[in-house]
Amino acid sequence: MSALTLFEKLWASHLVHELDESTALIAIDRVFLHERTGSVALKSLAESGRSVIDPGRVFCTMDHIVDTQRGRGDDTQLPGGKHFITETRAAARAAGITLFDVPDPRQGIVHVISPELGIVLPGTTVVCPDSHTCTQGAVGAFAWGIGSTDAEHALATGTLRVRKPKTMRVRLEGTLAPSATSKDLAIALIAKYGSVGGNGYAVEFAGPVVQQLDMEARLTLCNMVTEFSAVTGFIAPDETTFAYLRGRPYSPRDQDWELAIQHWRQLRSDEGAIFDRELSIDVTSLTPMVTWGTSPQHAVPISACVPSVSESGASPEAYQRALTYMALEPGMPLRELEIGAAFIGSCTNSRLTDLRRAAAVLRGRRVASGVRAICVPGSMSVKRAAESEGIDQIFSEAGFEWRESGCSMCFFAGGERFGEKQRVISSTNRNFESRQGPQTRTHIASPETVAASAVLGRITSITDLPKLKIGQ
Amino acid sequence: MTEPIRQLTAVAAPLIRSNVDTDAIIPSREITSVSKTGLKTGLFAGWRYTTIGGREPDPSFVLNQPQYANTQILLGGENFGCGSSREHAVWALHEFGIRAIVAPSFAPIFFGNCVRNGIVPIRIDADIIQLLASHISADPQRHRITVDVDTLTVVAGERMHFPFKLDTETRDMLRNGLDAIDLTLVYRAAIDAFLSCDRAERPWIYRLPERA
Repeated sequence: MSALTLFEKLWASHLVHELDESTALIAIDRVFLHERTGSVALKSLAESGRSVIDPGRVFCTMDHIVDTQRGRGDDTQLPGGKHFITETRAAARAAGITLFDVPDPRQGIVHVISPELGIVLPGTTVVCPDSHTCTQGAVGAFAWGIGSTDAEHALATGTLRVRKPKTMRVRLEGTLAPSATSKDLAIALIAKYGSVGGNGYAVEFAGPVVQQLDMEARLTLCNMVTEFSAVTGFIAPDETTFAYLRGRPYSPRDQDWELAIQHWRQLRSDEGAIFDRELSIDVTSLTPMVTWGTSPQHAVPISACVPSVSESGASPEAYQRALTYMALEPGMPLRELEIGAAFIGSCTNSRLTDLRRAAAVLRGRRVASGVRAICVPGSMSVKRAAESEGIDQIFSEAGFEWRESGCSMCFFAGGERFGEKQRVISSTNRNFESRQGPQTRTHIASPETVAASAVLGRITSITDLPKLKIGQ
Repeated sequence: MTEPIRQLTAVAAPLIRSNVDTDAIIPSREITSVSKTGLKTGLFAGWRYTTIGGREPDPSFVLNQPQYANTQILLGGENFGCGSSREHAVWALHEFGIRAIVAPSFAPIFFGNCVRNGIVPIRIDADIIQLLASHISADPQRHRITVDVDTLTVVAGERMHFPFKLDTETRDMLRNGLDAIDLTLVYRAAIDAFLSCDRAERPWIYRLPERA
């Protein structure tokens, strides 16, 4: 038998029927929904007179427009948002699927709670009408974002008609510097190969650097492959994965766990397997990254300056449009840009290790005056764990708002927003025009960079922060 | 069930920017109900109107210009439809009247959403898109473009015929306006056979804890 890539194994093990030269009917193990785009799929399914074929394998959360202020209920800051919450609740109940509702202690951002609860598992196919579903590939799953119509199809049939993606392996070699994170890796990859560099690929991350990343760092890395225009990203499961998943609420137990582990150990690309494209990146010289423009590919090391058009890799029109929107000039040092707000949260960077690293920066320091700083834990479970370690105290004493979990201000939906033309440093994944508010200027970076920048009131990396005096 | 699309000759408009994202196609603030309809006024709202939330057309935006009235084909830049998976972007485009988008590359989820809703996503090299754009620019209402899903060609004027590719399945879905769920349920026996094998092979997938 010829050598297979991990993706080919995932594909073959879910193949129900080949539909044409490149499209197949693929079995779906888990469907996740949320109130923003899952609601319409459930509604449309019910209206068509169809039902969910296996409700036990379908899950739903309230994350996208749910309020994140303390004491929240069904009311949202987005006008009319309450309908999404109440309609999702009613539709989820009618369909008999599992809902992590607003007051549920397991509520949180779909791509945070799915691995946290052991819903996504190695070797599974997982879909959700949400582009960042690729995040969940980090446990060794084929997980990808779809539209609401395809979600309806998955609910009704337990399958999807899927065009087989090309395969890419990204080998990360060398050693990651202590100041560089998997967020910086993801941004650097997109900056180097472009926001269309992974277009249509299933991207496997491999190599010694990946093996050393903890589970949460792997989730961050896979999260941003949609910003690389890839179909999905994933990492072969290993002891790190198994240790992370063992004992999670929905993880297999007892005899099933033993069976599953045996199966999961085979989930790796064979020696000699051929990929459609292979990239190899030495990460040793990687330093903290930040975006300067309006696409995730518009990114440079924090120590750099706003690039010239030729350095930027963007077309002259896109370059000029981005500079104008962001109110920048070529050659301006990123480190001199003053910020008005700082945001830590989102499916990219809102997990416990993210908050721990940001808290390590904030301990004993204060957010610069005039900077609005917000931290939104990715799940209620992350929030409780952080509070048990005193992390909430550190954030609050530094001047950060400490919120209930949800997607919150990663995107503007008509409710809460950052100010017009306000410059925001954000641990999220998209710096598109008006993403975080009309005319808001978003710079994407790691949580520790966001924390450090909040303290100085300008973009900075942790290595540039003045050392604390003893006793502070 | 979507309306079948085999051949279309229509006004085309250039929106040749790279990374046109679904937040730009329909800002989240314009999605105010659990519905696939009522979205066309929100299409490109951030670019199309002079103020945020306002409805006064910005005359500099291409789709507001009289020469591009009744546009049904968009010429786009690379990575068209990137960002959020929201199918509302495609529903808004369709409701506005768009039936085909020609771009060098599409974000994968957006591409799939187009096919599911009867919009033809056509991948063609950027330099050809420039040729098409210069062809229409003289008089967009008269210099219409033809998209032919039967022959997989884009035709402009008498001399410009450009082939494009679609998978057989994608092409059939578009030409026949088929409902994917109905089509899939034809394979119910194959699905059941897969499930009974897989339950034996990977029982943990199907044996979830009652209440975690």
